[in-house]
Amino acid sequence: MKKAGITIENVHLAFGDTKVLEGVNLDIQPGEFFAFLGPSGSGKSALLRAIAGFGPTPEGRILIGDRDVVGLDPWTRNVGMVFQSYALWPHMSVRDNVGFGLKERKVPSAQIRKKVDAALELVELAHLADRMPNQLSGGQQQRIALARTVVVEPDVLLLDEPLSNLDASLRVHMRRELLRLQRQLGLTTIFVTHDQEEANTTCDRMAVLDKGVIQQVGSPLELYDRPESLLVANFLGTANILEGKVEIKGGARRFVTKTGDLLPLPDDSVGEGGNIVLRPQNISISRTQASGSLPGKVQHSEFLGSQIRYLVSAGGTEIVVDQSHRAGHDWIETGADVHLVANTQSAVVL
Amino acid sequence: MSLNDPNHVASRAGLVNRLPRWLVPNMTGVHLAAVFIALLLLGLLLVPVAQVMIVAFQDPATGAATLQNFVDFFKTSLFRESFWNSFYVSAMSVVVATAIALPLAYITTRFHFSGSILIQSLGFIPLIMPPFVGAVAMQLIFGRNGTVNLLLRDWFGFDIPFMEGLNGVILVQSIHYFPFILINLSASLRNIDRSMEEAAQNLGSHGLRLFKRIVFPLAMPGYIAGAALVFIKVFDDLGTPLLLNVNNMLAPQAFLRISSIGISDPMGYVISVILVVFSVLSLWASFLFMRGKDYATVQKGGGGMAKRSLKRGEKIIAYGAVIFILMLVLSPHFGLLLLSFGTIWSYAPLPDGYTLQNYVTMWEGSKTFIMNTVLYAGIAATLDVIIGTAIAYIVLRTGIFGRKGLDYLATAALAVPGVVLGIGYLRTFHAIDVPFTDEPMASWWVIIALALMIRRLPYALRACMAALQQVSLALEEAAESLGATKRRSIQKIVIPLMTGGILAGFVTSFATAAVELSATIMLVNSNSDAPLSYGIYLFMQTPSGRGAGAALGIVAVIVVAIGTIASQFIIERDKKLKSSGDAH
Repeated sequence: MKKAGITIENVHLAFGDTKVLEGVNLDIQPGEFFAFLGPSGSGKSALLRAIAGFGPTPEGRILIGDRDVVGLDPWTRNVGMVFQSYALWPHMSVRDNVGFGLKERKVPSAQIRKKVDAALELVELAHLADRMPNQLSGGQQQRIALARTVVVEPDVLLLDEPLSNLDASLRVHMRRELLRLQRQLGLTTIFVTHDQEEANTTCDRMAVLDKGVIQQVGSPLELYDRPESLLVANFLGTANILEGKVEIKGGARRFVTKTGDLLPLPDDSVGEGGNIVLRPQNISISRTQASGSLPGKVQHSEFLGSQIRYLVSAGGTEIVVDQSHRAGHDWIETGADVHLVANTQSAVVL
Repeated sequence: MSLNDPNHVASRAGLVNRLPRWLVPNMTGVHLAAVFIALLLLGLLLVPVAQVMIVAFQDPATGAATLQNFVDFFKTSLFRESFWNSFYVSAMSVVVATAIALPLAYITTRFHFSGSILIQSLGFIPLIMPPFVGAVAMQLIFGRNGTVNLLLRDWFGFDIPFMEGLNGVILVQSIHYFPFILINLSASLRNIDRSMEEAAQNLGSHGLRLFKRIVFPLAMPGYIAGAALVFIKVFDDLGTPLLLNVNNMLAPQAFLRISSIGISDPMGYVISVILVVFSVLSLWASFLFMRGKDYATVQKGGGGMAKRSLKRGEKIIAYGAVIFILMLVLSPHFGLLLLSFGTIWSYAPLPDGYTLQNYVTMWEGSKTFIMNTVLYAGIAATLDVIIGTAIAYIVLRTGIFGRKGLDYLATAALAVPGVVLGIGYLRTFHAIDVPFTDEPMASWWVIIALALMIRRLPYALRACMAALQQVSLALEEAAESLGATKRRSIQKIVIPLMTGGILAGFVTSFATAAVELSATIMLVNSNSDAPLSYGIYLFMQTPSGRGAGAALGIVAVIVVAIGTIASQFIIERDKKLKSSGDAH
């Protein structure tokens, strides 16, 4: 299958007076598994639909390969889209659903049969070809919707919250399945989700959207470890944010919280902002004081199995601390005075 | 209620305890009501219809079982023609009604169209006028010497036989019944999730192919439901062909045989059997078709199909089509209005002059008709909602054996044409005297009210079912846990909360019973017992009475219109009341 990249240049989109996308620029590589991540109303679905040609016509350019598709009718774009609701047509059998796009493309019926069989084989549901959609489980419907889309060999594959209608255990299974298929077909794929875990586990790169603006683009690891804004830091995993400022004393960088506590920063750290982001697993909790430790009081704690999560008031805020749990380990009681040591190697100052 | 109730068991003393349980049924008020309703439906619906069926298969002389009546029926060329005509008229009415409803449904559901509200409200107006009332007015507008043809002849030198013979019946019926298709089809179209359409576009489909392969098949169940209803209604209708003087159809033949030859003539019964069989068959066919086809695909929070704006040229075409259709649909109303205020209207595009005299004549000549109508429709509607509420409660809230049967039996009245019910009543009740008199029950006015009651019961029952479904079981249980008995909690909690729905059911039943003709025309024994619909029929028989008949028709339209608006108003107010209750 040929691979096409997607280039989005300065795209603006509005529903009446409501601005949905404001100046979106993106470069998606051929064959890449890309995710749009954002809360509901962030514009991620609107952007995906704009690529497929649904909704109002946006300003700007959307290039698939080197063809600008803005203003083109959806049926001329050769963009495959899997809908959140799957949108299997209830009056057609599985075979007719999957063969629909080929029939529209005037493919001879013998070939349609062959291609539909191959597509069903690909999603491992060849035995369900003659069922009606309402006889299938949610996971099966999902795969049929996928087969129906990839069978027409689209230039790019768009997935609109494809896992949101599945139950939790199936979701984990299906996202692996999606990744396997994407790798096998090598299709440039965009995956829209509000679930960071889904994005993290599947995509090569992702764009975090909020209020119609792309906040940051990068690999899951980059975004987690090096967020460029508090919003991204907060949206990907749990972030403790302490206010204060960066000081240089005796050639060493350190962060002074607004309560006057000091957190030493590595010499090669960057950032001069008034916030420091600390991940819960990068803070250790102890009853005893150590150098550079932050005094606090345990407000609440939860045993989560592999770890204990403490909520500690310290540094003028409430800090979440995850302590991995091993047998025989102490569970510090609520109300205890404790000392927190932050591994500032991984801290980000914004 | 429960057999395990210790007090209950203790009260059953001695001998009773040793008898088998089925000999001593545990009867409560609800059980008694169920039995009473079952007997009522048996006597007023099942037995009369069964009578008709039996007589159709009996030798009129010997009473032996035979198929000879059916053979005779199909041997008579008039009956063969009537059979074919009824079939043809019904099928063509479906076609014409579809041609009217499809563009309206499509335009309102698929496009941003400012006329949508107009269509939604005006589209229902035909239903508030009994079709036979509009028939005469249609004759004056579309007939050989009606407005349209006079103008056509003057201007272009030709005319169109809109109202000639069967054409007239088809035109009047399709104009009257197309809202059934419009309502069902629009609902189906609205229930299609837009992703259904987008998925097809995404895979390369658009335009007419998209409509043919995706949109229309998904709307098919709604269309079939509406079309089946139109087919049955037209097939069974007696009033319209009778008023248009088209007698070579099944229902008029049945009526004429019974009223001219008498109730012993088997042909009326044979026709009745055919009418019932076709009603059941088309209901069954639409049921078969729709089984397993719940295509309502709208997702939670998602909208129906995407609406798009019309281009300039499309807008002109859309408005043109809508205005043309609405003018056609409203023409019986205009015609009737003109006729009621006109002096003489003959061989002229419009009446010669205008007067109020028709209303005076109508009022003087039809006080009895109006009084009778209020009485009959009042009795029918009252009984309908009482029985409807009781059946709804029994079906939804109790575990009484055979409760579903009550629902089915009451609903089965839908498949019984008015003519058939009328014939059944004549046959069943002519041998039974009214208590304390020598008069046969068949000619007693109460029978008319009871026939109306049975005819309207399915609709009232649906209204009551819907009302009860909205009353949460927890509300009743809360009352019971606070010490209210079953009877008290029904009285104090369930019925008051159902009031809106019951009232709406009453008003609709009343309004539609007031203009029912097919059953009443069979049962009216003397003009002094006749209701309004029969009065209109009588007036319309003579050219001089047409003005007054039209005036009475306007009264009928107003009665039904007020009823419809009132029941809508009650339902809306009830909804608001309940939702504001939820907010607290």
